[in-house]
Amino acid sequence: MEKQLNSSLTREELAEMYRKMLQIRYFEEKIFELYGQNLVPGTIHLYAGEEAVAVGVCSTLREDDYITSTHRGHGHCIAKGADLKRTMAEILGKKTGYCKGKGGSMHIADFKIGMLGATAVVGAGLPIAVGAGLSVKLRKTDQVVACFFGEGASNQGTFHESINIASAWLLPVIFICENNLYAMGTRQSRVMNIKNIADRAVAYGIPGVTVDGNDALAVYEASQKAVERARSGSGPTLIECKTYRLKGHSRVDPAKYRPKEEVEEWLAKDPIERFKAMLLQTKTFTEAEILRIEREVFTEIEDAVKFAIESPYPAPEEALEDVYA
Amino acid sequence: MRRDSKVFLLGEDIGRYWGGAFKVTEGLAEEFGDERVRDTPISESAIVGTGVGAAITGMRPVVEIMFGDLTALAMDQIANQAAKIRYMFGGQASCPLVIRTPFGAGVSIASHHSQSLEAWFMHVPGLYVAVPSTPYDAKGLLKAAIRGDDPVFFCEHKLLYPIEGEVPEEEYTVPFGVADVKRKGSDITVVATLYMVHKALNAAEMLEKEGISVEVIDPRTLTPLDRKIIVSSVKKTGRIIVVSEDCKTAGMSAEIAAVVAEEAVDYLDAPIKRVAGQDTPIPFSPPLEQYVIPSEKKIIEAVREVV
Repeated sequence: MEKQLNSSLTREELAEMYRKMLQIRYFEEKIFELYGQNLVPGTIHLYAGEEAVAVGVCSTLREDDYITSTHRGHGHCIAKGADLKRTMAEILGKKTGYCKGKGGSMHIADFKIGMLGATAVVGAGLPIAVGAGLSVKLRKTDQVVACFFGEGASNQGTFHESINIASAWLLPVIFICENNLYAMGTRQSRVMNIKNIADRAVAYGIPGVTVDGNDALAVYEASQKAVERARSGSGPTLIECKTYRLKGHSRVDPAKYRPKEEVEEWLAKDPIERFKAMLLQTKTFTEAEILRIEREVFTEIEDAVKFAIESPYPAPEEALEDVYA
Repeated sequence: MRRDSKVFLLGEDIGRYWGGAFKVTEGLAEEFGDERVRDTPISESAIVGTGVGAAITGMRPVVEIMFGDLTALAMDQIANQAAKIRYMFGGQASCPLVIRTPFGAGVSIASHHSQSLEAWFMHVPGLYVAVPSTPYDAKGLLKAAIRGDDPVFFCEHKLLYPIEGEVPEEEYTVPFGVADVKRKGSDITVVATLYMVHKALNAAEMLEKEGISVEVIDPRTLTPLDRKIIVSSVKKTGRIIVVSEDCKTAGMSAEIAAVVAEEAVDYLDAPIKRVAGQDTPIPFSPPLEQYVIPSEKKIIEAVREVV
């Protein structure tokens, strides 16, 4: 039966969201594969499974809006519009990467598109987002800042300090808690006596909303509201997106601490499959149109991999550059 | 602040109601308004982090941490974020943030309000560390710090706040990495920073009566460190004492001693000596407190031992 599309988004916008989510998924699958071939130094924290959060939020932002990101940040970069080739090259430690090979998977940034960088210290991005919000206020522009962090970070002191300040000063920050249930291997219920992180918003006198983080449109609607509130000078919002990692915490983690039934239940709620089904059931797009997007993204990722693999490593002595201006 | 609207201040009680715990920012809120002289909640990590976020998005924040000891609460934002943003993002971003804070013992406020921790920050590449000892240097270095494009950890010794000195009306800055010879001498080099510069100068005055000519060098910034002036002074005098209030072990005096050992050991006529803080927390009671920090007497004794 044909369903009605319940969204104000245009066909082009929906296609773009699907494209972005696919970019993230294919990108992460490729990284996983390259890691197996020993082409990715260090570790990786894959965003696969959480695509609807980054894409839902970033689709409500302008290019000159800011985001801050985390150790699990590839998805945030891609959703904000980062170049796939330079992102891939950075993860492979190449000179052509966003950070010339100095940052790697956990520290990608693209200041030209307002991507203020990923910090690998859990919870450290929150005060930085508040600072960007204060900067906006002092410069009297109408930009907003979206600050991504996990439910684990919500137990850091910086969560309390930052949201309190943002609320007291009515700063244009949207705090996006990606609740994937596990902080590394520690289940939320073992270390918190609440179910919803968004409940904590009450303590700061700001709106707190919990949404299905695997539903890109639900995330979009919540973020849209928060962005409007922030842009109009009414202050921050805390949005909790319930989601799930497809893989373990990092490359070495088989995630045995997650019950099989739970994993299956979440796999059935795959954000990309759901979005695609919605686009098809509402006849917004045909199978052929969807297939075309998938093929295009597949090629984009292949091109990014080729670029990254063929790019040179930085010269060792470049390690001494960029410490100071 | 008059020159550049991007400059603003953040800190606990720095605004119109208090003017800073040591009154450093007194009167600024009245001139520049509460938006640019901003009282914060007691949230050191977020104070510095807010500074970082503002700095990387086009502002030039100057944050005050009420006591140097409290920088421990903000260490992640200082050492992992501010200092590393330029580097780990491959030079894409600048973080022109100044973190001001008072260090030092001498007023009986015990272990949580008296430490000298400059060595912690010398150990973080990406940060500059300023250690002014005079009003002239403080103003010139602070202006240079605010106008520079890198994060600066700006150490102020609380006993220096009441000290008076010449400060010209006209515009000037003091460049980073340029030491100042506070007193010329020929028999021994004494390197000192912050309040210890004044103790070293007093000691030099007294030693002159004994016929010992002491050269007192104030590095003014520890990062970058002006090795050249220190080394060339040692080549002239053949002797060096480093005076520092911070703990001796792995302290700033150790770094300067190591520089001299590496670059001028052949010119030394006597072992390098250090007059530094004891490896203890700072105690409360005045006789205890005075015992653990360098004094004129200890400097003079050390000089007599090697000259």
